[in-house]
Amino acid sequence: MQRIGVFVCWCGSNIAATVDVERVAQTLAMEPGVVFSTDYQYMCSQAGQELIQNAIREQRLTGVVICSCSPRMHEATFRKTVEKAGLNPYLLEIANIREQCSWIHKDREAATQKAIILGRAAIAKVQLNTPLTAGQSPVTKRALVIGGGIAGIQTALDIADAGFPVDIVEKKPTIGGKMTQLDKTFPTLDCAACILTPKMVDAAQNENIEILSYAQVEKVQGFVGSFTVTIRKKARYVDETKCTGCGLCTEKCPQKKVPNEFNLGLDTRRAIYIPFAQAVPKVATIDPDYCSMLKSGKCGVCSRVCTAGAINYQQQDTLLQREYGAIVVATGFNPISLEKFDEFAYSQSLDVVSSLEFERLMNAAGPTGGTLLRPSDGTHPHTLVFVQCVGSRCDGGEKGKPYCSKICCMYTAKHAMLCREKYPDTEVYVFYIDVRTPGKNFDEFYRRAVEEYGVHYIKGMVGKVTPQDGKLKVQASDLLGGQQLHIDADMVVLAAAIEPDESARSLATMLTASMDTNDFFTEAHPKLRPVESPTAGIFLSGACQGPKDIPETVAQAGAAAAKVIGLLSRSHLTCNPCVARSDEAMCNGCSACEKVCPYGAITYVDKDFRGPNRTTLRRRVAQVNPAVCQGCGACTVACPSGAMDLQGFSNAQILAEVDAICK
Amino acid sequence: MNDLSETIQRISGVNPRKCMKCGKCTATCPAYDEMEYHPHQFVDMVQSGRIEALMASKGIYHCLSCFACVERCPRSVEPANIIEAVRLAVIRQQGANHLKPEQIPVLLDENLPQQAITSALRKNGK
Repeated sequence: MQRIGVFVCWCGSNIAATVDVERVAQTLAMEPGVVFSTDYQYMCSQAGQELIQNAIREQRLTGVVICSCSPRMHEATFRKTVEKAGLNPYLLEIANIREQCSWIHKDREAATQKAIILGRAAIAKVQLNTPLTAGQSPVTKRALVIGGGIAGIQTALDIADAGFPVDIVEKKPTIGGKMTQLDKTFPTLDCAACILTPKMVDAAQNENIEILSYAQVEKVQGFVGSFTVTIRKKARYVDETKCTGCGLCTEKCPQKKVPNEFNLGLDTRRAIYIPFAQAVPKVATIDPDYCSMLKSGKCGVCSRVCTAGAINYQQQDTLLQREYGAIVVATGFNPISLEKFDEFAYSQSLDVVSSLEFERLMNAAGPTGGTLLRPSDGTHPHTLVFVQCVGSRCDGGEKGKPYCSKICCMYTAKHAMLCREKYPDTEVYVFYIDVRTPGKNFDEFYRRAVEEYGVHYIKGMVGKVTPQDGKLKVQASDLLGGQQLHIDADMVVLAAAIEPDESARSLATMLTASMDTNDFFTEAHPKLRPVESPTAGIFLSGACQGPKDIPETVAQAGAAAAKVIGLLSRSHLTCNPCVARSDEAMCNGCSACEKVCPYGAITYVDKDFRGPNRTTLRRRVAQVNPAVCQGCGACTVACPSGAMDLQGFSNAQILAEVDAICK
Repeated sequence: MNDLSETIQRISGVNPRKCMKCGKCTATCPAYDEMEYHPHQFVDMVQSGRIEALMASKGIYHCLSCFACVERCPRSVEPANIIEAVRLAVIRQQGANHLKPEQIPVLLDENLPQQAITSALRKNGK
């Protein structure tokens, strides 16, 4: 015989103002199996919890129903409460009469009736609850960081400093990411390479960090604490262990006309290349799309000049399988393609460049050796027009990205300032919609560009750019001046919106991590859990979560590392006991559940069963791995024979709830 | 917001609140010098209900209906549609429609936006 206790919480006036809690408690006392029913101001308070514990002991309760706030709020609290009083924590049910009742209703009578019905459903369910015991799962003390930009490097360094081994997987031949391509960094104007490359070297030399460059994650299995990840190390046709990074091959290779992606195609490199002087690892890579030896078997120059014998044209991709306890996503961003914005003549003139291209044109290690020259004719530009918000803050869809890309205001101020400083003979115009400079010393920086460097900031947008007689005819609006401007510019620089790296979408699918409509990874809570994905064991670092500048990225990278360290420091994790279970007697081995399981928790085994007349029948039946199952319940719905059931949320329990509601 | 402003919004299907005041419409307008009010101002005047001034303006007949502002607007606000609606409101107040339906088929050209033909007829139909 069940002995159920019902506890109705007032939540101060949150519930009691709309719901007649006393009447709810009195009515629910009449339900079958209920031996105790009461109401109290704050059930979650110390006194409220003691009230529950005393009732469990004195009334010898076999089940507890608490009518209160959402189980998301206090289920864990109350489970601990009942457990301390000697009751299995899964013999507790919560009826949500706050979020789903008092907060959304105004009519007291209707709300009270609804609260009674919700309580009745919970009582019907708790009658069928069974004690469940949470299992434990081990934690692999190793982390994986996907992406080797400043976010990934910082996260890896922080995790490694805490003593845990960590692997960085980077798809490019070198770590460093976008920051390696930048010239100076705002708001202090220190050189990007000078502050980044020491960190890259630190990462390479840290004994806890292993860098897997020119590699990509191919498959992710498992769950928090024990992920199994398959990593493809792409063939670079150079033996990493032998190559000394002397660079002789990159000078002798006869294939000279390969667009250099490090300089965004503004110059060329060879088919065998080291992306830049401070690359980590400093190892050559052969580009199979351009190498004559790999394409036609004729050449072999690099192999002949390499004194270390590192060239290996037969090298194949290799697949590594590794175990990790936690995974950090740090896949970063890219500027958008400017094809859709041809009113700015990006595809018509070489002198219309993106801001990242402008960084390369100003960089001492760039295609012009740091002298700002027009890409079309190599002359010095006198009039420069910067256009902000190109593809940002649009109406979404075809028009462009609906969000603010956040970094453009500051880097454009930086470009304009550097330009005026280096070349005082230039006239620099910046067309802006709004100047957004929140951040330490950011607005001061922008004001310096205007006041000290004489950059012309004009509120308005450029409408069109027309290349004509070697000039760029810029037609723009000056909204505050109330005029349409016509400027003959030598160069136009477009602050292109940024978007998540194209690898992010497929990676999110592999990790079962959620994304927003712009393909940025979503966080578990936008304010309170900003570096965790809703998927346990997956953490977020840097611009893969949203547009970010370097200071913010580094801060978030450290925060993600702290979360990983917290996870890896634990000896074991407690599993959720509310997982699926298959009734072998009813299972017909149809595989429906296996197909819908998003976690790969279901396998099939051939098992012997006793048949009639002492015969043995061999049948194929489903088995659930309770450590992998996340309790989503997809299989219970897919199962045509009703063999699959979710513990704690069985079909019988849910139907009992429905029956109680419809009574 | 007054009734006239509401009418303009209903006819044009334009929601002026979507405007973020970037001025790209005005930057792109080829008839800028001919008009006393400019595309971004049309939107602002509709939002703040200053329609009479807009209706009295000669500039609305200098709008070429080229739709460059519609094409370039990052927020899909469509200022040219507002001007079209204002011209229509003027005609309605005058109580006369200069468009003769029987003339339409001859003038139709598949490559022209229908709205451009309509605007042209209104401007020149007297």
